[in-house]
Amino acid sequence: MSQIKKKSEFAKQPTGDKIILIVGYIILGLFLVAIIFPVIYIILSSFIDPITLQNKGLTFDFSKWTLTAYERVMTNAQIWIGFKNALIYSIASTILSGVITLLAAYPMSRADFKGKGFFNVIFVITMFFGGGLIPTYLLISDLHLLDNPLAIMLPGAFSVWNMIIARTYYQGIPRDLQEAADIDGATEMAYFFKILIPVCTPIIATISMWNFVGMWNSYFDAMIYLKDPAKQPLQLVLRAILIQSQPEPGMVSDMQSTAERAQLAELLKYATIIISSLPLMIMYPFFQKYFDSGIMAGSVKG
Amino acid sequence: MSKSPTSTLAQTSGGTKLHNTLVYIRQHWQLYAFFIMPAFLLTIIFRYVPMGGIAIAFTNYNPLKGIFGSEWVAFQHFERFLSSPDFLEYLANTLKLSVFGLLWGFPAPILLAFLLNRILSKSRKQKIQLVLYMPNFISVIVLCGIVRILLSPTGMVNMLLGTSYNFMTMPQAFRTIYIASGIWQGAGWGSIIYTAALSNASKDLKEAAVLDGANIIQQIKAVEWPAIKDTVLIQFIMSVGNIMSVGFEKAYALQTDLNMSASEIISTYVYKKGLIDGDYGFSTAVGLFNTVINVILLISMNAIVKKMNEGKGI
Repeated sequence: MSQIKKKSEFAKQPTGDKIILIVGYIILGLFLVAIIFPVIYIILSSFIDPITLQNKGLTFDFSKWTLTAYERVMTNAQIWIGFKNALIYSIASTILSGVITLLAAYPMSRADFKGKGFFNVIFVITMFFGGGLIPTYLLISDLHLLDNPLAIMLPGAFSVWNMIIARTYYQGIPRDLQEAADIDGATEMAYFFKILIPVCTPIIATISMWNFVGMWNSYFDAMIYLKDPAKQPLQLVLRAILIQSQPEPGMVSDMQSTAERAQLAELLKYATIIISSLPLMIMYPFFQKYFDSGIMAGSVKG
Repeated sequence: MSKSPTSTLAQTSGGTKLHNTLVYIRQHWQLYAFFIMPAFLLTIIFRYVPMGGIAIAFTNYNPLKGIFGSEWVAFQHFERFLSSPDFLEYLANTLKLSVFGLLWGFPAPILLAFLLNRILSKSRKQKIQLVLYMPNFISVIVLCGIVRILLSPTGMVNMLLGTSYNFMTMPQAFRTIYIASGIWQGAGWGSIIYTAALSNASKDLKEAAVLDGANIIQQIKAVEWPAIKDTVLIQFIMSVGNIMSVGFEKAYALQTDLNMSASEIISTYVYKKGLIDGDYGFSTAVGLFNTVINVILLISMNAIVKKMNEGKGI
């Protein structure tokens, strides 16, 4: 029924509109193809024997398909160390940053909070001005945090931007909840944890997702602060394989010739891309319902 | 009960204010000690202490001697940077990357939002959005890895074109690669904010426009554009304010020895000078120069918008 209605709606449009709509759909379609096509290309290539891939490119001759690359990547210890570290850092920093940011947003959301202007100025300045790379690096070094995972978690643990978003969200919560709590003589902490937080799940989910994805996908801080291979997160391991074309020694060292090693190193890239991206690719659709709410809260600047 | 100092103060009006504040703080001490303190301490330690470290830019900093023990050179590093031929090249690379990136990248999500808004079936729209958002969850490293694979001499792009260019070594290709991959990754995600604003456009208004026989262009002019105008403006100011802070991570991951004449930007230069060559003073000076330009840009943009927008800035 609705299909018919839509079709007739399209048919009702004047010719000029039809042309615009068709051009629009084509643009959108091209963009979708541009996203999907490379992804499929990478997935298919990851199964193909390196020599065939280099000489002929993609083939559907399944005798040339192999799981070698996956075996080599999956059996490599450094990849798993990277995964484990990335998971620990991402979870830890999501919790740390979430707690600190959500806590700070609460007083900042209250109209009666004395010192709000002062704190606001202190926080907002840091969004636009900072010491820069070297002074921050030297501070981390002076605090003896080099090669300590805290170096990549603490400096960004309080996000002013997320605080503003959480604050705006809190302000949208009806005041009567607060007044009811005041009458009950609840402490600030009781009100915050028992009443406010339970009704803020959408914004907490959004901020947590941003924090998790941000930590999981970044590499710069880890590159400058974590030199010990045992502490490096996944993205640094990936950087060696994908950008520097230097796979972990164990992955290719059994190959006899340099040419074979180079070919294998190429093939490993495809499998590495697939394996490393899989967790977030599986996770993000579950968060889709929170995307809009989070972005909307952010767009209404308080 | 003895006279407390607060009650003496309460006799003047300024005192009353102070008194009220003290009473407030005593009643709501948890707000200070528990809620705001962690954020405040982190901000002071990791944001303000490094600001003090900016003094390094005016010294020949030696880590063993500290800021005060190192030789004071005043503006020597700035003079050295501003008078070197590299300066203009890196500044131009930075500005071109971000200005062209803004020109191409800024309208893309808006266009996508308009297109998505024309898709009537809700479930189909959601499926399309799921695909559009996907690249946002790929890491910079993986994105650059994919770009390098697709653009290699034997990669997909050369296969489609029937050529064998090594795009990653061509300085003239760098900006296109950077900007196109940025749109590929970010346009879908960036469209969320506009899609949300568009869905707030009054349905009645739109139906009235349709009944009046307005065509698509007229509908966009009368209903949809007004609904997202403010959002577009705010996003634009923020993008312009960030013009000098082009992401280090992607530029660095797309650099090769041969495309350096287009891909070396100020942030990658700061990193190499400072943490690879150990020229701390000079690197800090270059970084400070970058930050200051950025702040000036942001303040002037905000002032311009305030004038245009009847006193409303951000």
